[in-house]
Amino acid sequence: MAERYSSFNSGGRMWLLQRVTAAFLIVVLAFHFFLLHFVHHADEVTLAASSARMEQLSYYSLMVLFLVTATFHGVNGVYNALINQGLTGTKRTVVKWTLVAASVVLLFQGIRTANAWAGGFPLL
Amino acid sequence: MSQSYNRGLIEDFSRWREFQAGMWAWIFHKFTGWVLIGYLFTHIAVLSTAIPAADGATMMFQGSETDVFTGTIVSLEGLLLVRILEVGLLAVAVFHMLNGTRLLLVDLGVGLEAQDKSFYASLILTGAITVASVPTFIAGAF
Repeated sequence: MAERYSSFNSGGRMWLLQRVTAAFLIVVLAFHFFLLHFVHHADEVTLAASSARMEQLSYYSLMVLFLVTATFHGVNGVYNALINQGLTGTKRTVVKWTLVAASVVLLFQGIRTANAWAGGFPLL
Repeated sequence: MSQSYNRGLIEDFSRWREFQAGMWAWIFHKFTGWVLIGYLFTHIAVLSTAIPAADGATMMFQGSETDVFTGTIVSLEGLLLVRILEVGLLAVAVFHMLNGTRLLLVDLGVGLEAQDKSFYASLILTGAITVASVPTFIAGAF
C-alpha cells in the first residue's frame, strides 16, 4: 500500500475541497491567461474593455467564482504548508485566523473591483 | 488504514543533497504555490485602481488625461521588467497546473508507476509552453 505523505486528513472535507478547487482552477486559470494574454494583450487593457466583459453576468460570475476558489485554494495551501513545517498550538490558531482575515479582505476588495467594472451587480 | 512515518522535515539542509524527483516535485509545487498566492494579492491590489477609475479618477499618461486603471496597467506593461516577470509568472502557473494535474491523477490512482516520468514531462512541457509564449508576452515592450 502506498504510504501517505500528505498533512491533510484523508477523506476530510478540506482535503476534498482543495482538490475540487484545483480541478476548477486548472481550467479557469488556463482560460484567464489565454483570454487576457493571447486573445487580448495585457498592454492593450482599457477600463472600457474590462467593463464590457464584466457587465456580462456569465463572465462576472465566472471571475467571482475564480477569485473565491483561488483564494480558498491558495490560503488553504499556505496553511497546510505551514502545518507541514510543524505549526501547532496557539501559533497555529493565530496563523489560521490571520489567513482567514486576509482572505476576507482579498474577497471583499476583489468583489468591489468586479462591481466597479460592472457598474454594480450585472443582472443580465 | 495507512501508517504514518516520521521522515523529518524535507527542508532539513542535508536532505537537499539527496536527489529524488518526488522531493523536487514537492519543493517546486510549494514554491510555485507561494508565488501564485502572493501574486493574487498583488493582482487584486493593482486591479483595484478600477474602483477610483469608475468614479472618474484620471492621471496624466503619455501627455493625455487617462483613467487611472488604464494608465496604471498600460504604464506597468511598458516596463520590460514587468514583461519578464509575467513570463516568470506564466512558467510558475503552468508548472503548478501541470504538476497539480499529475497530483490529482495520482490521488485517483492513475499513473502511480510513472510518477517520476510524469514529473519530468511536467517540467519539459512547462519549459516548452513558456518559451513558446515569450514572443506574445514581450511584444511591444521595446
